[in-house]
Amino acid sequence: MIVEGKVLKFGDKIDTDIIIPARYLKYTDPQYLAQHAMEPLDPEFYKKASAGVILVAGKVFGMGSSREQAAIALKAAGVKAIIAESFARIFYRNAINNGLPAIVLPDATKLINQDDYVKVNVETGEIIVNNQKVYKGRGITGMPLKILESGGLLDYLKKVSVKG
Amino acid sequence: MPQTLTEKILSRAAGKSVSPGDVVEINVDIAAFHDLTGYHVIEVMEKAGMLKVFDKQKIVIAFDHLAPPPDVRSAEIQTQIRKFVKQLSIPNFHDINVGILHQILLEKYANPGYVIVAADSHTTTSGAVGAFAQGLGASDVAAAVITGKTWIMVPQPFKITLEGKPGKWINGKDVSLKILGDFKADYFNGMSIEVFVKEPSAFPMDFRATVSNMGIEMNADALMFVPDEETINYIKTNRGYEPPTIRPDEEAKYVDEYTIELNKLEPLVAAPHSVDNVKTVNEVEGLDVDQVYIGSCTNGRLSDFEMAAKILKGKRVKTRCIAIPASYDLFKKAMDLGYIEILVNAGCVVTYGTCGPCLGGHFGVAGPGETIVSTSSRNFKGRMGSNDSKVYLSGPAVAAATALEGKITDPRRFS
Repeated sequence: MIVEGKVLKFGDKIDTDIIIPARYLKYTDPQYLAQHAMEPLDPEFYKKASAGVILVAGKVFGMGSSREQAAIALKAAGVKAIIAESFARIFYRNAINNGLPAIVLPDATKLINQDDYVKVNVETGEIIVNNQKVYKGRGITGMPLKILESGGLLDYLKKVSVKG
Repeated sequence: MPQTLTEKILSRAAGKSVSPGDVVEINVDIAAFHDLTGYHVIEVMEKAGMLKVFDKQKIVIAFDHLAPPPDVRSAEIQTQIRKFVKQLSIPNFHDINVGILHQILLEKYANPGYVIVAADSHTTTSGAVGAFAQGLGASDVAAAVITGKTWIMVPQPFKITLEGKPGKWINGKDVSLKILGDFKADYFNGMSIEVFVKEPSAFPMDFRATVSNMGIEMNADALMFVPDEETINYIKTNRGYEPPTIRPDEEAKYVDEYTIELNKLEPLVAAPHSVDNVKTVNEVEGLDVDQVYIGSCTNGRLSDFEMAAKILKGKRVKTRCIAIPASYDLFKKAMDLGYIEILVNAGCVVTYGTCGPCLGGHFGVAGPGETIVSTSSRNFKGRMGSNDSKVYLSGPAVAAATALEGKITDPRRFS
């Protein structure tokens, strides 16, 4: 599974109240959530992400709330994958459960710049920046990969229960 | 092999001996959700075509985030969940008159050694009684509600020891903030924290609940107090039975350890917009404040109200002050003990059992340019309302002293 796109870069500790503020949590419609993604930091995020982007961020991306709308909003806004120095545990699971690849790359914010063009091999964690530099992040394997390839936990569960 | 509390609990839940780094499927003892995430959990179950629960007795549902409903959509969400509760005959359902989910889990359900998952990050609170408790998203909780199972990567255990006795105005919040200030918010990612209290009665359950609650702010997988006589007394007093005991083995290995001398702690605050931007109260003293909030699943317990009442007795607040005990049971106890009367007479707005202002939901949302001192758990940008507001986190003593003076104030002035 290869995903690619232009980089939108953020810093450390991007929390879930930034990704999707609590006032939007009464709905789960992806398009509605997408319009408010990252609103406190950048009200124009939705427009910037719509062409399909790769987010690059620092430490504990997605820290805070369990709100699954955070992953739904980013994916629906056009985020193809997130490369971060580390992820908060709940967000990481929510991302995988919603078919949004999350790749750990220590020093990601030092190695990759805003507007770089990035190609990510989700399974191996290989990251190619501007068709030149290659970095090795932590890929997604095992059950999380199966969930991701199914498009999310719901579709994975459906598939498994049909087989079972 | 000697085992930590984390390994003991997760080994039982996995049905085999586990070690840090193992990825295993585990049985859960309780799966829970509240109104704001609950409708999403049910939506996932419906979409999967699996509207069933693994064990009715092990599902706990409480209305807190949208309680009582501030708008029609919130009321609609609660109506949908009540329908689900009725349809599946869920017995452990707590409507708007009971309180915040995490407090209810602590008061009525959590036992030492339990695995608890719930659709809210502050599920870590149940670690106060030695339960391995963690928040999950709606999809993961839906799967746990249907199957009684979830998967986990066994975290690395880290040991914290609390020594001595805390001073008069020190509370669990100061311990949470001390840990966050010293280690920062990303340090414990992938770890579970086990806390040993040298003098169990010196650090009561209320304080423990605050520290466990903020385990998620430390990004720990769980934050558990090793069960001791304080744990047994708490459950015995609240529920009338002696809980099962579980403790780590003496020789159990931890990745690292850290000791906090409680008597050396001073009142701390977390300045905007990060939980680990920790300062002593004296570093920010004198800053003008618009609103104070005393409550939430972090610091809405009886000892919090006792501290606030001691400071506010016979006086009037200079800021807006909102006070919300974490459950209806605590509200009644605080009323019987006279704390509610003291706070109301001091000019506080008091209600019970809602998450309300903590997440900028209702009942005290922050306006543009406002500065808030809050006993809740998070001061993220825009957390309590406007993106242009600023939230300082503190314990109840700093919050009450601040309400009284209209600016951030050291409670030690009120000896």
